[in-house]
Amino acid sequence: MATYTITVNGTARSVEAEPEMPLLWVLRDELGLVGTKYGCGIGACGACTVHLDGAAIRSCSLPIGQVDGAAVTTIEGLSENGDHPVQLAWLEHDVPQCGYCQAGQMMSAASLLSNSPSPDDAEISASMSGNICRCGTYTRIHAAVKTAANKMS
Amino acid sequence: MVVQNNSRRSFLKVSAATGGGLMLGLSWLTSCESDKAKKANPELVMPAEWVTVNAFLKIGDNGVVTIMSPNPEIGQNVKTSMPMIVAEELDVDWRNVVVEQAGLDTENYTRQLAGGSQSIRHGWEPLRKTGAMARHLLVAAAAQQLEVDAGELRTENGVIYHDGSDRSLGYGEVASLAATLTPPEEVTLKDPADFRIIGHGKKNVDARKIVTGQPLYGLDVQRDGMLYAAIVHPPAFGMSLKSVDDSAVRGMAGIRDVVTIDARPEGLEPQWSDVNAFPKLVAVLGDNTWRVLNARKALKIEWERDSEPESSEGHRSALEALLNDGKAEEARRDGNPEAAFARAATVVERTYYAPFLPHNTMEPMNFYANVTADGAELEGPIQTPEFLRKTVSALLDMPEDKISIMMTRMGGGFGRRLYGNFGVEAALISKAAGAPVKLVYSREDDMTQGTYRPEYLVRYRAGLDEDGKLIAFHVRGTGANESPVFANRFPAGTVDNYLAENLSADTNISTGAWRAPRSNFIAGAEQSFLDEVAEAAGKDPIAFRLELFDRAKSDPVGEDNDYDAERYAGVLELVRDKANWNTGDDKRGVAAYYCHNSYVAQVLELEMKGSEPRVTEVHCAVDCGIVVNPEGALNQIEGGIIDGIGHALYGALTFTDGQPDQQNFDTYRLIRHSEAPTAIHTHFVENGIAPTGLGEPSLPPVIGALANAIYRASGERVYEQPYARPRQLKG
Repeated sequence: MATYTITVNGTARSVEAEPEMPLLWVLRDELGLVGTKYGCGIGACGACTVHLDGAAIRSCSLPIGQVDGAAVTTIEGLSENGDHPVQLAWLEHDVPQCGYCQAGQMMSAASLLSNSPSPDDAEISASMSGNICRCGTYTRIHAAVKTAANKMS
Repeated sequence: MVVQNNSRRSFLKVSAATGGGLMLGLSWLTSCESDKAKKANPELVMPAEWVTVNAFLKIGDNGVVTIMSPNPEIGQNVKTSMPMIVAEELDVDWRNVVVEQAGLDTENYTRQLAGGSQSIRHGWEPLRKTGAMARHLLVAAAAQQLEVDAGELRTENGVIYHDGSDRSLGYGEVASLAATLTPPEEVTLKDPADFRIIGHGKKNVDARKIVTGQPLYGLDVQRDGMLYAAIVHPPAFGMSLKSVDDSAVRGMAGIRDVVTIDARPEGLEPQWSDVNAFPKLVAVLGDNTWRVLNARKALKIEWERDSEPESSEGHRSALEALLNDGKAEEARRDGNPEAAFARAATVVERTYYAPFLPHNTMEPMNFYANVTADGAELEGPIQTPEFLRKTVSALLDMPEDKISIMMTRMGGGFGRRLYGNFGVEAALISKAAGAPVKLVYSREDDMTQGTYRPEYLVRYRAGLDEDGKLIAFHVRGTGANESPVFANRFPAGTVDNYLAENLSADTNISTGAWRAPRSNFIAGAEQSFLDEVAEAAGKDPIAFRLELFDRAKSDPVGEDNDYDAERYAGVLELVRDKANWNTGDDKRGVAAYYCHNSYVAQVLELEMKGSEPRVTEVHCAVDCGIVVNPEGALNQIEGGIIDGIGHALYGALTFTDGQPDQQNFDTYRLIRHSEAPTAIHTHFVENGIAPTGLGEPSLPPVIGALANAIYRASGERVYEQPYARPRQLKG
């Protein structure tokens, strides 16, 4: 056990944890931020996607011991008032069915758009394919990413 | 439209409210036969009463309306669409409506269940009556207050107008008085032509919470003093727990307890929902999900075998042996099938196969339970809360009225959460440990302790005469624990000589309903087969099917055909026209199917990328009667199409010595963004018929449309799912 300090959504947070504990479970069970979801635990579904120093990563596969001092953004902190262009686009297209994967989808989309403000269809497909949606909302996700890109331009 | 109110005295429960507004407690799904309901007092009751009544509509003095949503929400969007129906008849502005999820309350609601795409179909009339009854009382109250005849009043968006005197009152201003009035014997429902909410797309009421990451799901439940629990189940079907040595786990950081539970003790009479291959489990409890999942590895467990281990190879050969030589149950026979086959000019015979499938909801199984001597509080994702409570009651030896169940929004269901073993386990673990617990399955637990879609095998034969007319049809199907055949569905009723046969194979693999049970296989098989039969008859696949429906319309064979040939043909004609089907020479795949009281037809286009098909565009025609919420309905149709394509192309759970070979998404392939169709065009039939199911019907036929499109694009017919060979995935 050791003490780690990470900045989560702009606030410094300290946790006592084993170095191997994945960031996902630090966020959910130690810090009470349950917006980031558990899906597979092996980085294969994208439900746990957060931003680490601005880049989209799978928090289920990243031990806390490797991110000490880092800045993490979760879905709760993507925007202050829920008005990030990606969030607005998700609302506009009424994307969610069950909704469980959507936090991870939106974090992936926000990361994509911050790196590539006007992605084409192929780029959207490629970069969003690490996130599984079991309900099959992919066509809406695709349209929402495009809408979000337009909102940001 | 006038609907007789047969249970007037049970219909409305009224209580005073805090804050100046008034609560109209409406038991909108109360059964007419309910004893409790018959005794219900229609008069004003005190606030204490409504606290115990969960079925209510709350009208605030500012006109804001709270509508409770009684059914479990699994992503089928009933939490939006069912309150829309109430709001329509109540005649309020949807923007002033707040929706709250109700917990399990069998005294005030019926059928609090998510399954069979039936929530809207069964809720349609009771929900309308609920809204209309409340509106009637509000208008009556306004009439008293304004001293005019109720007939001179009209409502619009939560306001009652007396045009003659140019006066108006908001619902909130008359709610208190309305609650003291006697409900009428009958209530007038709106003319559907006047609908302002139904038929107009409304966005998911939980969408804002979803996009901002607010707690909504079972996995998000957190309570003071709550421990996390993880289970260990046998590594293979046919095995059970013998003994456990937990000495290495006790004392690990954050670990609080290790318990064993038994969900199937001697004397327990299982219900249909108690499907569970592994009733005896070990559970590790602690202060963090990862710690308990991790600590399990240090348990030393001895397993014992109590039935033969099964493997996929054996499953397949057993199904084939059964299909070839087994004594079948004859489900339907019309005419003389064998004589007709003997005189047929052409006989087509084909066999179709599909493997076991796990449900793989994105939110793994989980449940919160706090069992004490005084009662049990359960909360989590469950499609069948009433059945869960019955089993928990029996196992805890606790009366049902001491057990509460709150349904959380579910991260998918697809049938898995009809079987609430995880809820039962949470309750038993909480009792054994004497602590509130949240049980969480790992993905591997979830995939290897399933109630899987059964493996199926079906053989079709069709006999055509010299003119290409279908004169004989034979379907003979088998599967793990059940046959996939629906004897009275199409093409039954369209052919003079027809035989349907069922066989069921025993297995120790646990199976259950999976989105559109049986239809999720048989539709694809049947629609692929008919495509081949049409080809053998030298006919266009749509024209061939329409000829069959003509027969079913004009001179149906038999009396038990469970479809409406007009509506069936209607969706096929609609999709033909919308997709600009090139009769006789179209390169796309087509299919049509009827299930869950709704009709769907699809035309699917794809391209081959090497050996893998990639679907590009789907046209879909749907007849589900009135579409309550077009926005949500489109989403359901699209989701069902993508789900069906994904599982038909990639889905398979195989077994070696009783152990599932796929345990996580590195080896189990689900459809991804880049593999989904780029465009789905959905067209609803507008016919004003009362609404029917939408959560399932678009999935089954798309598998047939896909198979038929693969044939046209590649020249090869596909008979075995998954159609694309599984491959290793990288995360």
